[in-house]
Amino acid sequence: MTRARAAAASQKQRGVSPPKPNPKWGREEETEYFAKKVKLFRQGKISEDDFRRFRLQHGAYGSRLHADYSMVRIKVPSGEITADQIEKIASLSEAFSIGSAHVSTRQNIQLHWVQLEDVSEVMRGLVESGLTTREACGNTVRNVMCSHFAGVCPNEAFDATPYSMAVARFFLRNPMCQNLPRKFKVNFGCCEKHGLVKVADIGLVPAIKEIDGRQVKGFRVYLGGGLGAASFIGHPLEDFTPEDRVLSTCMATVRLFDRHGNRENMARNRMRYLVHETGWEKFQKMVLKERTAVEMTTSLATAASYDVESQVDKRALPKSNGIVKLPMFDKVTKDSPAFERWLHTNTVPQKQQGMFTVFITLGAGDITASQLRVLASAIRELSAEGVARTTPQQNFAVRYVRGSDLKEFFDRLSTAGLANPGALTVASAVGCSGTTSCNLAITNSHRLAKEVQRRFLELGLDTDDSLADATIKISGCPNSCGQHEIATIGFFGGATRIGNTMSPTYTMLFGGSAGEQGELGRAIMRVPAKRVIDTILKIIETYRTERSQGETLHQWVVRIVKGQGAGNVKNLDDMKKVLVPAIQLPPAESDPDAYRDYGSDSKFTAKTARGECAA
Amino acid sequence: MRGLKKAAKAKVKPKIKARAVKVAKKAKGAPGFVRLPIVCDADLLRTLVRKKSVRVVDVRRAEDYKAGHIPTAVSLPLARLLENDSPERVVQILEELGITEKMPVVVYDDTFGALAARVAWTFQYVGHTNTALLEMTFSQWKGLGLEVEAKENTFKRAKHPLSVNKEMYADAPYVEAAQSQQGKLLVDSRERLNFLTEHIPTARNIPYTMLGSNGSILRKADELKRMIENRGIPQDSEIITYCGSVGTLSGLAYYALKLAGYNNVKLYPKSFKEWKSLGKPKDEFKEANYWDLSAE
Repeated sequence: MTRARAAAASQKQRGVSPPKPNPKWGREEETEYFAKKVKLFRQGKISEDDFRRFRLQHGAYGSRLHADYSMVRIKVPSGEITADQIEKIASLSEAFSIGSAHVSTRQNIQLHWVQLEDVSEVMRGLVESGLTTREACGNTVRNVMCSHFAGVCPNEAFDATPYSMAVARFFLRNPMCQNLPRKFKVNFGCCEKHGLVKVADIGLVPAIKEIDGRQVKGFRVYLGGGLGAASFIGHPLEDFTPEDRVLSTCMATVRLFDRHGNRENMARNRMRYLVHETGWEKFQKMVLKERTAVEMTTSLATAASYDVESQVDKRALPKSNGIVKLPMFDKVTKDSPAFERWLHTNTVPQKQQGMFTVFITLGAGDITASQLRVLASAIRELSAEGVARTTPQQNFAVRYVRGSDLKEFFDRLSTAGLANPGALTVASAVGCSGTTSCNLAITNSHRLAKEVQRRFLELGLDTDDSLADATIKISGCPNSCGQHEIATIGFFGGATRIGNTMSPTYTMLFGGSAGEQGELGRAIMRVPAKRVIDTILKIIETYRTERSQGETLHQWVVRIVKGQGAGNVKNLDDMKKVLVPAIQLPPAESDPDAYRDYGSDSKFTAKTARGECAA
Repeated sequence: MRGLKKAAKAKVKPKIKARAVKVAKKAKGAPGFVRLPIVCDADLLRTLVRKKSVRVVDVRRAEDYKAGHIPTAVSLPLARLLENDSPERVVQILEELGITEKMPVVVYDDTFGALAARVAWTFQYVGHTNTALLEMTFSQWKGLGLEVEAKENTFKRAKHPLSVNKEMYADAPYVEAAQSQQGKLLVDSRERLNFLTEHIPTARNIPYTMLGSNGSILRKADELKRMIENRGIPQDSEIITYCGSVGTLSGLAYYALKLAGYNNVKLYPKSFKEWKSLGKPKDEFKEANYWDLSAE
C-alpha cells in the first residue's frame, strides 16, 4: 500500500475530511517582482521611502533598529490555516528566519529577522501553499479577522467565515484600497461574546432577522473602533445590515475613509479619528448615503468578485462517533493529572455534538518549526475539518476533534512540549513582539508575557475557574498591538526615571473587554517591569479576599473600576493604595537588575526608531 | 512500511540504468573511474557500489556505523579526522581507507550534510578532488528502504599522493586581509540569531538552514544560485565561508556556493572560535532582544 493510500485509509477510518483545496491567496509573480525591487533598492535606484511603501504593501516590516532584516507578516484570512500551510511555515522559519514562528493578535503568523534579500524566497514558499503576505502591512485592508469559534459557536446565528473570506478576497489587491490614508481593519465575530468587533474599523456580528416572514441573514455592523495610542469603541451603524448589503457597506466605508481621511498627520489618520472628528451621527449618515451610491453604481463584474457562496466549505464534515464520556471535571488543581488539567483549560465543546475545539497554549504566540510539524500532523489526522485557526490570544484553535480523540491529541502535543494547560485562562497572557523585533517598542513585552504565563502555570492559577475569564495583555509601547486596552488587566510599556535610574515601566489598565459589549480599560498606575508579576498576584490576592459570592476576577475588576466595590477595596483609589507596596523597587545600588528590562543584563535605555505601521 | 520500501525500490530501479549509462559515457580521463559531480545522488551511488568502483565514507560515530551503514562504506568519524587534520595525516587516512588517487569517494553523514562536507572538503584540500557528498543523510537513505549492511569493511592499503590545494583554504590573517579587499566576501553560515549576536565584521549571513530542502542536503543548483544572486553577490566574487567552530556548517556552505556556480570559494575551517580566541574584533547587535522570540 502506498503511503498516500495508507494515509487516506487512516483518514477514512477516523472520518477526517479530504483536505481543503489550496486557497491561492498568493501569486508567484509577486515574489519575482519583490526580489527585483530589492535589487534595485540595493543599487540605489529606488529611494528608501519609496521602497518602504513597496515593501510594506508586500508584508515585510522593518526590524528593530536594523533595516537589513524584515519581519514577514503572513496573512491568515479568518485565521484559517491548513496542515500543509503550517508545515510550509515550519520549513520557511527554519530556512530563512529564526526557527520559530509567531502568532499575532490579529491572527497573522509572523517570521522575524528574515534577511531582506530572502523575503522573496519566503514569499515563494508561501505561494506554493496558497498563502500571501500581500497587504499584510501598509495603508490598505489588513488581514480580515474572524472569530475562531465561527462555525462551531453554540451562540452564533450562522457561520461568518465565508463572509469574512469573501471580504478578504474582494479587497486583496483591489485598486480601491491600495493607498488609503492609513491601515484598515475588518473583524468578524461569531456571537455577542467572541470577536474583536468593537475595536476594528469595521466589525461585523452575524445576526438573523425576520423580514416579511422570512429569516434573513445579516450582520450587526460597528464602525470606527480601534486600538492605538488613542482608542475608540466602534459605533453600531444600524440595527441590522442584511447580507446583500455587506459588500456595499464595507465599500462605502472604505471609500469615505479614502476620501476624507487625514493624510497629513500620521498620528491621527486611522478612520476612528475621522469618525470622532466628524461626529458619529454625521459620519453614519455619510456612510448610509455613500452606500446607496455604491449600490447604484457598482458594476456587476465588481460585485461578482465578492462571492460568499464560493467560500463556503462544502465538504461534508464527518460526524462524531457519538457522545463520549469525558472527565470534564468540575474542578482541577495543579496536582491533577496533566491531561485532566489540560482538558479543563484547553478544550471547549462545540455546537456539533461530540466535537471539541482544542486550544494549543503558546508562549506569547511563539512556536518552533518542529512544534509546528507536530501540530500539523495532529490537525491532519485528528481534526475532522483538517484546518486550525489562529486566535487573537496568540494560540492555535483546532476544531472538530472528536471527544474520543482528545487523549491522543494531548499525547501528541505532549511529545513536542505543546500540551501546556491554561490556554483559555488568565495564564494565557498576550504579548506583542516588543523590543524583540519592533522599532516602536520601549519594553520587552514579549518576554514579560511569557514570564507571566510561566509563573501562573507554576502557581496553578489556570486551575482556578474564578480567574478564567480574566485576561492579561501586554504591549511594549502605547500602540496597542498587544491589545492591552481590552484586557481585564492590561499593560503598555514606557520608560520612567525611578530615583536616578531610567527604568522600564508599564502603565497598568483595568477593566477592558472584547466582544460586542467590549469596553476600553482605564489607566491606573505605572508599574516597574520587574514588579508586574507581583502586582498582578497582589491583585488576585486582594480579589480573593474582597470578592462577592461567585464573582469572577474580571467581574470584580470591572466593579472596582466603576467604584462599586463592597468590601475594603471599593474603587480605584483603594486599589492603588493596596498596590503601592507591590510596585516598590529596592535601591538601584543593591539590586540593579530590578531596574533592567526582561532579557537584558545591561542598563535600560529607551530606544526607538520610526514606526512602520504607516508608510 | 514494507509496502513503502518496495515502492521506493521499484521507483528507484529503472532510473538507475539510464543514469549509469549516461554517467559512464561522461567519464573521461581516468579509465574505469567516474568523475563525480559535487553532489552524488542515490541512484549513481548504488550503481557505483554495485560496480565496486567507489569508496563510500561514513563520517558518523563508530557505533552508528557498526549498527548499519551503506554497503561497502568505511568508517571515518569526523572526530577522528579532526584529531589531526594536517594534510600529511589526512593522506595517510586516505591510504588506510584504500583510496587511490582517482577513485570516486562519496561521503555521507546523518547531520544534514555538514559533517560530510567538512570531511569531503578536507579530502579535496589534500588533493583527492574526486570527492562528492551524498545527496541525502543516512536516515533518509534508510527511510527510502535502500540497502544497508552492518559488516565492517576494510580495504587494502593504497598509495595516495599529497597535493594541497591552497585555493580552498583561508586562515585568520587571510580573512583579516580579505575584509577590506574588493571582490572578496566573508560568509557566516551559522543560524540567524547567532549571527546577530556576534560575527566577523563585514561578514554576510547565509545560514546553513537555507541551503538544504526536504530530502536533500543541498537545494538544486538553480535555487541556490537564485538565493545567492538575490543577495547581489557577483558570480566572480571570492567567497570565504566560516561558522562557529570547526568548519562543518561552513563546509556545507562551501559546497552550496560551488554548486551555485561560484568557483572561487574558500573555507576558514578554524572559523569564529579561533577568531574570537585571537581576540580579533567582532560585530555585535545589542539593540533588540531577539533571543526572546525563540520558542525553544
